[in-house]
Amino acid sequence: MFKEGMLQMLGVGIYESLYMTLISTLVAYIIGLPVGLALVCTDKDGIYPIVWLNKILGFIVNVLRSVPFLILMITVIPVTRAIMGTTIGSKATIVPLVIGAAPFIARMVESSLKEVDKGVIEAAESMGASPFQIMFKVLLPEAKPSLLVGSAISVTTILAYSAMAGAIGGGGLGAIAMNYGYYRYQEDIMFITVILLVVIVQILQEVGMRIAKISDKRL
Amino acid sequence: MEIKQENVMIELREMSKSFSTKNGIVHALDRINLKIQKGEIFGIIGMSGAGKSTLVRCINLLERPTEGQVIFDGRDLTALSAAELRKARQSMGMIFQQFNLLMQRTALENVCFPLEISGVKKEQARKRAEELLEIVGLADRKHSYPSQLSGGQKQRVAIARALTTNPKVLLCDEATSALDPNTTRSILELLKDINKRLGITVVVITHEMSVIEEICQRVAIIDSSKIAELGTVEKIFTAPKSAVGKQLVYSESRPQANFDDSNTRYCRIVFDGETSFEPILANMILECQAVVNIMYANTRNIDGQAYGQMVVQLPPDERMAKKMLAYLESKHINFEEVDYV
Repeated sequence: MFKEGMLQMLGVGIYESLYMTLISTLVAYIIGLPVGLALVCTDKDGIYPIVWLNKILGFIVNVLRSVPFLILMITVIPVTRAIMGTTIGSKATIVPLVIGAAPFIARMVESSLKEVDKGVIEAAESMGASPFQIMFKVLLPEAKPSLLVGSAISVTTILAYSAMAGAIGGGGLGAIAMNYGYYRYQEDIMFITVILLVVIVQILQEVGMRIAKISDKRL
Repeated sequence: MEIKQENVMIELREMSKSFSTKNGIVHALDRINLKIQKGEIFGIIGMSGAGKSTLVRCINLLERPTEGQVIFDGRDLTALSAAELRKARQSMGMIFQQFNLLMQRTALENVCFPLEISGVKKEQARKRAEELLEIVGLADRKHSYPSQLSGGQKQRVAIARALTTNPKVLLCDEATSALDPNTTRSILELLKDINKRLGITVVVITHEMSVIEEICQRVAIIDSSKIAELGTVEKIFTAPKSAVGKQLVYSESRPQANFDDSNTRYCRIVFDGETSFEPILANMILECQAVVNIMYANTRNIDGQAYGQMVVQLPPDERMAKKMLAYLESKHINFEEVDYV
């Protein structure tokens, strides 16, 4: 069973999975981080309350989060085609991954920023800091360790989503598990891909937590 | 005591603050009028829930008053735009009970923070921050993170941070309430020193009378959203008029047991700076040829002068008791008959 081609295929699978996951996480953060920041700041008790905007953002995030990822992938196929020019392969998977992960990340960011001590924000206000200064000099730096923990959780969640994308023509380890394990009943290959996924999750999680711990000056 | 208008640093005019809560509107402050003088250390004391914290937070508009005005150095803060208010806040430092330092920044970076906000160049900010850490006695801990500092050290960093922008006023919201007595004393010393050296007006909010007596010149007692009493610390310590004032000044002297023996008369004798040197009680005993029972006695050092009070049990003999009170009267001693210690 372990032909030369098989190892190479798994290698490509690992590469594709990591590629999809990391690019998607990055893009999803570019969208999710500002949204999370906006959710915290525009809250009625936030540093720059805009209640209507807060309600709208919260609603959009909740709607996107309630669509099951498999359905979301199918729903956004036209968007994927418009952006990537194709609807199959690992590149095409990035689009639904970003759309699925960005709202999740927005909520993760929101909860991290809400952990920042209200008193510290108040102290900054008492010194005459503007809302922007509070965002970039207080909220984000003070929440950094928690944001890093959040990103470790997000990246592993996105990896799991990316494997799901194998079901509808995405690439990576998920596709291998589907194509060989499910359609051709080669359970050993499915088993190997699952183990590989577990190992990757372990590594990403561990590295993320370590970085978070080192960056935290409270300990 | 009337303060000249040009000497007023902070003035609150008919200031009220109410909050709407689930259980209806709560009036935290009710038409407060108050003038705080340039260069003084002004105390605001009250039981918890009296509104003193809301009061100090209204001074820099962390809480916006529902009504009335806050005049700071001649400007009505309630009339300023958001940007102008931020600028004005740079002339008011504030320190807190929980220190509120940035946990992910070193002591030095914390002290630099207000300067960064006001756009001072990094090099210059660092220099100024180092000077201030020197003043508060923490030059050697500048690279420590708050989590590596003790409570007193954290408060020193917070004080340095509050002073970087050369504020005219330093607001202290229960700044020593989270510290032990020794650290409290050293922080109060530091505040006193800063007031003297830099001429900064200091407003101290506290629930501890000992903090007031240690550093304040004048004090306002807040009770149920209003100013119950206002005056010099000596005045309020020797002769508190309001019920809450009496409670705050005499609270430490309340015994556990109640003297419910209604036949016995008690008298509180108050000594001020001059009379505390005279052996009044001994003289009275010699003069009247009768003894009294001392129930409680205490002296305090307020601004270098000794103040004291003593509660004595008068003799059961009505005539003798009268004679003693007359003696005190003749010596111009401040006293009152009390039914509690």
